[in-house]
Amino acid sequence: MIEQFKQWEKNRHDYAKEWKENNGGKVMGYFCTYVPEEILYAAGVLPVRILGSHEPQDVTEPHIFAMFCPFCRDCLAQGLKNRYKYLDGLMISQSCLHIRQAYTSWIKHRPVEFEKFLCMPHKVQSPHAYEFLTEEYRVFKKEAEEWTGKKITDKDLDNAIKVYNENRRLMRKLYDLRKSDNPPITGEEVMEVVMAMQMTDKAEHNKMLKELLAKLEGYTPDREVGSRLMILGSEDDDTVFMNMVENCGATFVVDEHCTGSRYFWNEVVPGEDPLAAIAARYIDRVPCPTKDWEERKRIPHILNLCKEWNVDGAIIMQQKFCDPHELDFVAIQKALKDAGIPTLFLEFDVTVPVGQFKIRVEAFLEMIGEEDLF
Amino acid sequence: MELEAKYPTEKLKCWNKAKDIRMKYYQDYAEAHDKGGLRWAGGAWTFDAIPAGLGDDVYPITSEPYGATIAFDKDLSLECMEAAEVQGYPRDLCSYMRNYWGSIIIDKYPFGYNKDGEFVPRFKGAKPLGFPKPDFIWQDHICCSHAKWYQVVSDLEGGIPMFTVDNAVGPANELTDSKIKFVVEQLKDGVKFLEKVTDRDYDDELLFKAIRNHFVSTSKWAEICELNKAVPAPLDEKSIYSLYVLGTLQKAGKQVADFYEKVLLPEVKDRVKRGIAAVPNEQFRVMSDTQPPWSFLGIFRYLEKFGCISIGSLYTFGLIGQWEVKKDDTWGPKTIPDMEFSSRDQALYEYVKYELHRPEWQHFYSCHLKSDMMIRIAKEWKLNGVMLHYNRGCEGLSVGIAENRLALLDAGFPVMAFEGNNADEREFDEARTKAKINAFMETLGAK
Repeated sequence: MIEQFKQWEKNRHDYAKEWKENNGGKVMGYFCTYVPEEILYAAGVLPVRILGSHEPQDVTEPHIFAMFCPFCRDCLAQGLKNRYKYLDGLMISQSCLHIRQAYTSWIKHRPVEFEKFLCMPHKVQSPHAYEFLTEEYRVFKKEAEEWTGKKITDKDLDNAIKVYNENRRLMRKLYDLRKSDNPPITGEEVMEVVMAMQMTDKAEHNKMLKELLAKLEGYTPDREVGSRLMILGSEDDDTVFMNMVENCGATFVVDEHCTGSRYFWNEVVPGEDPLAAIAARYIDRVPCPTKDWEERKRIPHILNLCKEWNVDGAIIMQQKFCDPHELDFVAIQKALKDAGIPTLFLEFDVTVPVGQFKIRVEAFLEMIGEEDLF
Repeated sequence: MELEAKYPTEKLKCWNKAKDIRMKYYQDYAEAHDKGGLRWAGGAWTFDAIPAGLGDDVYPITSEPYGATIAFDKDLSLECMEAAEVQGYPRDLCSYMRNYWGSIIIDKYPFGYNKDGEFVPRFKGAKPLGFPKPDFIWQDHICCSHAKWYQVVSDLEGGIPMFTVDNAVGPANELTDSKIKFVVEQLKDGVKFLEKVTDRDYDDELLFKAIRNHFVSTSKWAEICELNKAVPAPLDEKSIYSLYVLGTLQKAGKQVADFYEKVLLPEVKDRVKRGIAAVPNEQFRVMSDTQPPWSFLGIFRYLEKFGCISIGSLYTFGLIGQWEVKKDDTWGPKTIPDMEFSSRDQALYEYVKYELHRPEWQHFYSCHLKSDMMIRIAKEWKLNGVMLHYNRGCEGLSVGIAENRLALLDAGFPVMAFEGNNADEREFDEARTKAKINAFMETLGAK
C-alpha cells in the first residue's frame, strides 16, 4: 500500500531530477525542519530535506570533528559524494550546531547557486520572536524572488499554506488511524510516508496520501499488534530498526522526532499577513530540544501522545553526540517513568547495530508484556 | 637543552592583584546572603550589566569559569563528573557543565575557609562550603547547551527563577535594526523579570555605569592583546588565561574595567616599550584555539623548551575582547561609544549593538568567519604555526574547527591538531600531546 512512498524515498534523487525536468523549477536542499518550506513552494521551488545514507563515514573526517553527531557527518557525506549535484540552492534554519557544520562545509566545498542561513530564533517562548522571524522571512522572501526571478505574491503564499496544511491534516488523519486497537499501518510504513513527505512535491504527496487513507479505512491487517510503542529522540530515519522491532512482537503507534510527527504536527493558522502566519507556525510548533526552554514544553506533549495513542512503552533513540537530545532525555525518561511508561534507551549512530539492539528490544518487550505471560 | 635567552624577562607586577580580584569574586558570591545581598548565576557571555541595575550588592557566578575552576582541582572534578554521570548525563556533554552540575549534586563549592579563617581554594586546605544556590538565573543563549545547562541546574535545585536571552541573531556583518531590537526587547522583559523575582526597584543609573564598565573591559582587553603583536611578545598564553578570566567573571564590573584599563594595560605597554619578553628565548610564535585542557597547562611551558611561545588565540582575544578593523586594515580594539545615556531603551540598544560584534560569537553562524579571523591573527601577530585543540569538552567552540584547520593550511600556516578536553582530564593524553609537539616543533625548524 505504501509502495509509491517507498519508491519516492528510495529514489529521492531521481524524483528531484525528474521534477526539475518536468517543471523547469529550482530544487532547494535543506537541513532541519525549521526551514519555512511554504515560502520556497510559493516561489515555485521544490524543497528537499537532506538526509543521510546510513553508510559508514569515509569522507567527512577532514571537515567535521568526530565528536559531532554521525547524522550531520552523514548528511555532509552526501554532498561531498556529489549525490545532490542537481541542487540549485542549499539552506538551513538556525537549530543545532551539529547540522550547521554540514551546511557550512557543504557550501564551501560544493558551492551552489543560492545559499541561505536563516536566523530562526532559539527563544521561541519569547513574545518578540514572532515579529523578529516575520522580518527575517521578509528578507528571505526578497532574496528568493531575486534568485528565482519570480515575484512571490500573497496569493502564492496562501496557496502554499493551503497545500502544506492539507498535507499536515492528512498526516494527522493517518496518525489518528494508529490509535485503533489494531492499527492498519506499521511504524515502519509510516516512517516511509513521512520521509517521502520531506522530499516530494506536497501536492503530489497529498494525492497519494488521500488514496492511502481510503485504502486503510476499514482495513484490518493480519499481524499481531503486540506491545504498543512510541519512538522518540534524535533524528531517526532508520527503517531497518523499525522493521526489526515490529518483527519482535510490537507496533510503533506514534513517534516524537523530527523525521516524524514533529515535522508536520502543527498547521499554519492563516492570517492577514501570510508571512506572519507562517512565522507563527514555526514558532508555535512542537519544539526541537534546541528551542525547548525555559519551560520544557515537549514533555507534556510526549505524555499526551502516550495517553492518546495508548502507549505501553517508549524507545528513546539517542543519536551519539547529539547534545540537544542528551540534554533532554534524562528529564523525559523521568517524566515517562513517573507516568508509568517504561522506556528503553538506545544510543545509535547512522549504522544501527541491529543484532545487538534486537536482544535489548526483545528483553524490553518481554518486560512490558510480563503481565500477559502469567 | 635550554635555549639561550634572547630577551630580558620579568614577572608581571599585577599578578597578585589579578588573583585577588578572582578570589574576592568567589568569596563575594558565597557570602552575598550574609551581607543581605543577592546571588545570581549565568554564563560568561551573559548580559551582566543588566542585573547590576538591582544594586551594588548583587553578585554573580558565571558558569564556564566556575567549571574551569573545578577542572583545575582534579580530585573534585572527577567527583563532580562521576556524580553527573550517575544521574544519567552523558560523558560527551560540555565538561564545564558536568562539573557545574556535579558541584550541585555533591554540594561542594571549590572554595572555603582554612583554619585561619581565610577564604582559599579547596586544594589549598579549605574545608569546602556547600554549593551556594543562586537566587535567580540570568543566562544568554547562543550555544545549544546554554539555556539547557540552567534548565538542569533549576531541576537539580528544585526550581530557580530563570530568564534567558536569545542572542543568536546572526553574524555581525548582517546586523539589522530588527535583530538588535529582538535582543533589546528581551532585555527589557528581563528587567521586569528581575524586578519581580527580587522585589527590588531597578536603577537605570547603575545600569548605565555597568554598560560603560562593559565597554571599557572588553575594549581594553583587546588593546592589551593587540600589544602582543610585538616581538618579543610581552605576554604568553598561559599567563593570558589568568588575566582574560576576569572578563569572563564580571565584564560589567568596575573592578575588572579598572584593572584592565588602569593596571594591566599600562604595565603591558611598559613591557613592550622596554622589550620585556614573556618567553626570553622566543624564536617561534604560535596560537592555540578553544579552551585549553585546564589540568594540563604545563604543555604551554613545554613549548618554551623549543623557544616557542603561544601568543594567544582567537579564544583568549575574542571571547571577551571586542575588536574592529582599523583604517590601516589591521585588527585593533573596538572604539568605545562616545555618548551619554539618557534612557534605558537607548542604553540597551547601544549595549546590544556593541555586543553582537563579539568575535567568538561569529563562528556560531559560519566557521568561515572564524577562519578569516584566525588567518588575520596568524598574519598580524606574525605566527609560524597554529596548535588547534580539538576540544571534546566544548561543542560551541569546536564547531567548524576542522574547516578552520583546512583554511589555515590553505593560507600557508602549519597546523598541529591535538585532541583533548578542557575540563575532563580523563580525555587528555599528555604524553601523546607532548610527542605531537615534539614533531610539530621539528617541522617549524626547532632543534
